[in-house]
Amino acid sequence: MAENTAEKIAGFIRERFPEAEITESDDIFSLGYINSLFAMELVMYLEKTFGITLGNDDLRIDNFRTVKAMTGLVSRYVAPAPVG
Amino acid sequence: MTSTLTEPVAAPPAPDRDSARAFVDEHIVPKAEEYDRLGRIPEELLERVAAEGLWAPFLSPEFGGRGLAMTTLGEIHEEFGRGCSSMRSLLTVHTMLSWALQRWGSREQLERWAPGLAAGRVLGAFCLSEPGAGSDAAGIAASAAAQPGGGWVLNGVKTWITGGLRADLFLVFAKAGPSTVALLVPRDTPGVEATPIDDMLGTRASLVAEVRFTDVRLGPDALLGPGAFASGMVLTGTLDLGRFSVASGSVGIIQACIDLSAAHASRRTIGGRPLRDLQLIQAKLSDMVTDVRAGRLMCAEAGRLKDAGDPATIMATWVAKYFASSAAARHASEAVQIHGALGCSPGHPAARLYRDSKVMEIIEGSNEIQRITIAGEAYRDRLPTNKERAR
Repeated sequence: MAENTAEKIAGFIRERFPEAEITESDDIFSLGYINSLFAMELVMYLEKTFGITLGNDDLRIDNFRTVKAMTGLVSRYVAPAPVG
Repeated sequence: MTSTLTEPVAAPPAPDRDSARAFVDEHIVPKAEEYDRLGRIPEELLERVAAEGLWAPFLSPEFGGRGLAMTTLGEIHEEFGRGCSSMRSLLTVHTMLSWALQRWGSREQLERWAPGLAAGRVLGAFCLSEPGAGSDAAGIAASAAAQPGGGWVLNGVKTWITGGLRADLFLVFAKAGPSTVALLVPRDTPGVEATPIDDMLGTRASLVAEVRFTDVRLGPDALLGPGAFASGMVLTGTLDLGRFSVASGSVGIIQACIDLSAAHASRRTIGGRPLRDLQLIQAKLSDMVTDVRAGRLMCAEAGRLKDAGDPATIMATWVAKYFASSAAARHASEAVQIHGALGCSPGHPAARLYRDSKVMEIIEGSNEIQRITIAGEAYRDRLPTNKERAR
């Protein structure tokens, strides 16, 4: 699930910034892709796509710095599908 | 048969475009010129809007709202914009604060404020603009000093605050170190002072004020939403709702231009023939009819995306606000032209629409700034990659 989540998040960032060549560990803040507009779009995307509601406490920079960090944030809300 | 106490009382129907249109036609259209001349919306109308449940019907039913869809809210604001942009502006700023509270407020903040905002017992206003910075968030000089043990001390001056003379609760944006914070400030807090700003060009009845905050002491519960990097989101989201309302209200202005101009061109004769027979007049009306439909569709699309929680709503709202407000200014000018000297006369609705429409091109982010962001869409896939930039 985590791989799928990461692909979706990276896909959203690339859709918004086609010039972004990023890995899951690249810091999108230091690359200059985050401003208040995109931060808002990113939160809305995560909530809509994964059916979650992020609280104010979730909106810390470390939760949004990389695709990997955002994947981890989503996984705390979305339980993995049962196996078998 | 009479009803008994045991029968359930049906909730009144939720407001929609039709009920808003009937309300505006009965209570606002006949008095809009009077409000404009007096320079204020009377308390009586504010109370009527409250009784009709129109202040913040999108709030959750848990707090007294109706959970109204944004598409319907946009239609209601269009109807108010058709009747009186000053009254619609008061709805706009109340909507901005109420939406921000619903989106970012804690449980305690919601329980304290949302029922009053939904019922119209508490009216909200939005405080961003400053004398030295306009609505440029980067230039905010108002300061919020965090206090040891929690709480804030707010100092600064906000200007051109729609509803500032009447609002009970202000959503104030201020600098707290490197961050911008959003604070809920009750009007009756010591150190809050509102001074009227009279004789504005347009929306003259919208109770505009300068609001001064002098050593205003607030508790920790005044902070709305996240701090640090995410604090800008509160402003972005709040302005987005403001733009949606202004876009919808601008569509209403265009509709009012059509209604006025078509009536006048049908009555007025020139050389024994109705004015409406002139092709140059027909050209003006045809452009109004075309643009009102386009603007209405853009607002509906922005509202649909909001209801779906789709991040594309932010750009859709930008485009709708740019299109509808610039079209409203253009067509209000043509409405005056069609009416001739009559449209330039004191107390004529065309003159009011002309003045009000200009304001729409400026508020909630000027159209020039909006066009920079909109143009970014065109360049999206033509920029060098971060890897290419790094070489």
